[in-house]
Amino acid sequence: MAESCLPLLVQVLRAPATAAVLEAPDWDRLIRQARHANLLGRLAHRVADVCDMAALPPPVQRHLDSARNFAAAHARVVHWEVNRIRRALAPLEVPVILLKGAAYLLSGSPVAVGRVFSDVDILVPRARLDAVEESLYWAGWLTTHHDAYDQRYYRQWMHELPPLRHVRRKTVLDVHHNILPETARLHPDPEKLIAAAECIDAPDLHVLSTEDRILHSATHLFHDGEFEHGLRDLVDLDGLIREAAGAEARFWERLPARADELQLSRPLAYALRYCREILGTPVPEAMRQWTDRALPGRVTRGLMDALMARALRPPHPSCEDAFTAPARWLLYVRGHALRMPPHLLLPHLLRKAVRSEE
Amino acid sequence: MNAIEPDRLPGQLAGSGICIRTGPFVSRIQSRLSAVAAGLALLYPDYPLADPDGFTDFQVRLYTPNPLRRWWRPQVQFAMDGRIPFKPLPLSQAYPLLEWGLNWCITSHMHHYLLIHSAVVERNGLGVILPGEPGAGKSTLCAALMLRGWRLLSDEMAVIDLDSLELIPVVRPVSLKNASIEVIRRFASEAVISPPALDTLKGTVAHLRVPRASIERMDEPARAGAIVFPRYRSDAVPAQAAPETPGRTLLRIAQNTFNYSLLGERAFHALTAVVQASRCHDLAYAELEEAIAWFDRLSGEADG
Repeated sequence: MAESCLPLLVQVLRAPATAAVLEAPDWDRLIRQARHANLLGRLAHRVADVCDMAALPPPVQRHLDSARNFAAAHARVVHWEVNRIRRALAPLEVPVILLKGAAYLLSGSPVAVGRVFSDVDILVPRARLDAVEESLYWAGWLTTHHDAYDQRYYRQWMHELPPLRHVRRKTVLDVHHNILPETARLHPDPEKLIAAAECIDAPDLHVLSTEDRILHSATHLFHDGEFEHGLRDLVDLDGLIREAAGAEARFWERLPARADELQLSRPLAYALRYCREILGTPVPEAMRQWTDRALPGRVTRGLMDALMARALRPPHPSCEDAFTAPARWLLYVRGHALRMPPHLLLPHLLRKAVRSEE
Repeated sequence: MNAIEPDRLPGQLAGSGICIRTGPFVSRIQSRLSAVAAGLALLYPDYPLADPDGFTDFQVRLYTPNPLRRWWRPQVQFAMDGRIPFKPLPLSQAYPLLEWGLNWCITSHMHHYLLIHSAVVERNGLGVILPGEPGAGKSTLCAALMLRGWRLLSDEMAVIDLDSLELIPVVRPVSLKNASIEVIRRFASEAVISPPALDTLKGTVAHLRVPRASIERMDEPARAGAIVFPRYRSDAVPAQAAPETPGRTLLRIAQNTFNYSLLGERAFHALTAVVQASRCHDLAYAELEEAIAWFDRLSGEADG
């Protein structure tokens, strides 16, 4: 992918110093692309790190400043939510493993700077799921899906409880017992994830290990059908990989080994391929050979390239073409097919389609 | 906006839209709806237009979401940058929806500023914040003050710069609700008021054009010198003013601040400084004339 074909947002995320020379119409496009991609806070911090903010056009300063204030408020709220979750679960003496956004934030990762997300996600051992749900219930987190079918869908097939919403604060909590549905084609062993988790605040607060955080993020993006935050998730992966590669000497040996162990080589291979192509993530030569082996054959790979080239652009009209909508639809179908085998999936989709008409 | 010939306005709105500047914000407005064109022609003739190729803060569009409902219960949808924040409303509310939508654009995206739900007026260098406690009649009083020579900064929100603590004008038409539409018509026969939209969530709503003098000074910030909590009360004859303590004023105004918890400590410090620099009052009134006389004395004292 030639750099000049990249959306403006991606160009500036790759080289934030170029923001200093943008003209008003570019900013007009850039801020809209970033807002639609849920990356305005991230962009604002990257630009502020390398540019003299006072030299930018005043309206632009206001939008970037607003996004940074919004992200800072969001971080405060998440810290408080995590504090409440720990308090609710403390009597159980169960490890609370934060996933995704909350994990990046509480572990102090640079990926969390300016990042805004909607839910807090935690992982707990499946054996303790009922006790966790009950304790959360008494602390005010109630289930959101009251339909018997939805409850069964989540509890029988999914890797998480139906989302819980706090009765007073209206915040949403997803309680996972695995990182992929029971019915999915790949089966990472949650015991292994839990065993390797790192404690960030004793006794209970954990995050997944460095490699597992990357593998989870890759799995979420490349083994699921939701690409609304595709570029945001790819930017996360880029940040996580750069952070880990800079901090751990043997990272590039441990990452593929762990991916093989958890049966997550394919999602990781996609992550490395598109991170490198789109965001210029540094990946060593040896890893590229591993990636080649882990990716599907030429035909599938070509198709995925074509789909991802669209799904990983900012979801803004300035970045879309006639094939964007079909590409997203195909990826949505692919995500569902990876989630559930056809004999479960078809009745499920049929039921959803009929019900949405009501 | 006078530069656009009236018969070319609908075409331009339907095409690439027009970029209106209200204080620091530029909004690109696109719509094929005749009510939007008529409302803008009536209420915005004196506003400056911004460079259509420059930076725009908000790109908003009003349109009928479902063409099948063109005759049967037609609707209007508001979109900002292609995203839809609200459910559609009956088409008769198209113009109020534009104004509400523009308010939402600011209160949801401009956390660079402290944003208080209140009217703001100024005279003789005295900026007055009138916080919007529900049913208090801040818009009515604000409209009357504006029609009697006070400069309008905003009828809907105080926009405060967090560093300089100045009040930033975001001059837009004043929203009048229910009985206050008739009250203002009687109060000033020269007032230009848009056709009322009936049965909205807020009852009957109409918008009042802002005098040119306020629009011409939209780039001139003001300093807050007074915070007044107005309350319309039919038995308050004569008007009764009572000083309010700084502490209680802070608590009451914080409750009316859109992004108080979002800005956290910075909001607290900014509000504290604004309250400390202001005289704080409750004002109960039954007659607009008496309330205006009270405000004029307030600004006269500031002058002396």
